[in-house]
Amino acid sequence: MGAAAAPLPAALNPVRFVGRSALAGVRRVGSVALFAGRGVAAAFSAPWFLGQTLRQMLAIGFFSLPVVGLTAVFTGAALALNIFSGGGRFNAEQVMPQIVALGITRELGPVLAALMLAGRVSAAIAAEVGAMRATEQIDAMVTLSTDPFRYLVAPRLVAAVLVLPLLTAVADIIGVSGGWLVAVRVLGFNPTVYVRNTMTFIQEWDVGSGLVKAAVFGFIVALMGCYHGYNASGGARGVGRATTHAVVSSAILIFASDYLLTTLFTRA
Amino acid sequence: MTAMPKLATPKLEWRGVDKRFGGQVVLDGLDLAVDAGRSLVIIGGSGQGKSVTLKLALGLLAADAGQILIDGQEMAAATPAARRALYGQVGVLFQGAALFDSLTVWENVAFRLINADRVPRNEARARALDALSRVRLGADILDVYPGSLSGGMQKRVGLARAVAARPDVLFFDEPTTGLDPITAAAINALIVEQVRHLGCTAVSITHDLASARTIGDEIAMLHAGRIVWRGPPAELDTTDNAYVRQFVEGRADGPVAGAI
Ligand SMILES: Nc1ncnc2c1ncn2[C@@H]1O[C@H](COP(=O)(O)OP(=O)(O)OP(=O)(O)O)[C@@H](O)[C@H]1O
Ligand SMILES: [Mg+2]
Repeated sequence: MGAAAAPLPAALNPVRFVGRSALAGVRRVGSVALFAGRGVAAAFSAPWFLGQTLRQMLAIGFFSLPVVGLTAVFTGAALALNIFSGGGRFNAEQVMPQIVALGITRELGPVLAALMLAGRVSAAIAAEVGAMRATEQIDAMVTLSTDPFRYLVAPRLVAAVLVLPLLTAVADIIGVSGGWLVAVRVLGFNPTVYVRNTMTFIQEWDVGSGLVKAAVFGFIVALMGCYHGYNASGGARGVGRATTHAVVSSAILIFASDYLLTTLFTRA
Repeated sequence: MTAMPKLATPKLEWRGVDKRFGGQVVLDGLDLAVDAGRSLVIIGGSGQGKSVTLKLALGLLAADAGQILIDGQEMAAATPAARRALYGQVGVLFQGAALFDSLTVWENVAFRLINADRVPRNEARARALDALSRVRLGADILDVYPGSLSGGMQKRVGLARAVAARPDVLFFDEPTTGLDPITAAAINALIVEQVRHLGCTAVSITHDLASARTIGDEIAMLHAGRIVWRGPPAELDTTDNAYVRQFVEGRADGPVAGAI
């Protein structure tokens, strides 16, 4: 028995590894879900910290405008060039405005704005909350009868969910304008015809679905920042790790949920 | 509560508490109790689990075994509402002061008043100023951010925050570390006042034996996860407990060094 059993553990190592990783993954999903649930519950019940929420809206939204705007204008412009030259292969250059508008409002506007926020905001939240964890400020807050989920987490979740759709709306407008600029200046489109084509083609739900996506992405960005910061351990290195994890996991979750939401929206 | 005879339940009690971090055993069957209106000082070598003992009592860490009782009630079993009520009567100074660096000094000191008790801001500010004066700090730092204060000043702001809402149980983790002797004496006097005149119960951690003698009604020495000695300050010099002797005399060799 002993001789036969001895080689088995080594042979089973890959299985054990897969099993352990799967268990760790499930545990992680569970703990994120629990964290999200506590955050949402705190957002929907008093006491609220409105001052904190407003402050976060300013930090997340207003100060992200320049990055989001720049990203959108260049993407819109590049998209216009690409679709114009690609569409030329089957004489479809003239529908370029419609395709640019569709691509920006449904897909690129929300995703790019969210990715910029993942880099800028998720990282900043993870670093700030993580530093508060490392220096016992979160412990201190608890002993001062203030729930960190209400004071720290809920305001960031609410602010990001409200603000990212607004940023996306701005990105939509600036992105389509970028396409317009290239079309008019470089490709010789008539400016008013371009605008008319875009406006008559685009439907409310093209923009609306993008804004709904943006709200979900906003939740993801703030949640990942708060979750990784709140659970940071091990001093400055732990804070650095939390920041990296927040950015990477928000980006992945943004893409994954983008696909899921798009599936849902295009089926309806 | 009315005055109770000697057999009253302790204000705070650790009963057979174990705490591990991974494989590292920090507390191993800790038994300790403080009666209401008394001041207990915990001494012990660095890394022996003094701060962990405080955090367990505050419910910031969960014990692996044993019970922690406040007024005879178990913290871990308390409902969230009961827990919040409990925190309402507790004041804590953390070892690193743990001031909120995004808030000014007065907003730190008045944090509970503003955010939990919803006291109007100008009244909260006045009470913050009052608390600051008790740790010998003036109005000039009210609107300063903690990041620009020295370590000793941060500690004093932390103390002001701990006493600002007039709690009746106080936890001080190294209240006088990093302070000059004059300020340290003032802080000791503040703690004594809280306990003797206002009837608070206090648990303090310190390496400063002069401070321990001044503020402690009783001193307990923590070593290897348990209390190895307990007695009134006067007995610090007369006991023949080897741990205490080494600690008081500040020798590098002895039972404490052997364990580290
Ligand atoms: N959150 C934690 N995670 C892992 N280990 C911890 C944690 N908190 C404390 N420890 C470990 O527990 C032990 C006791 O720590 P504690 O901070 O209670 O020491 P202490 O007695 O307060 O020391 P000092 O006098 O230096 O403050 C240390 O070895 C520390 O590394
Ligand atoms: Mg300590």
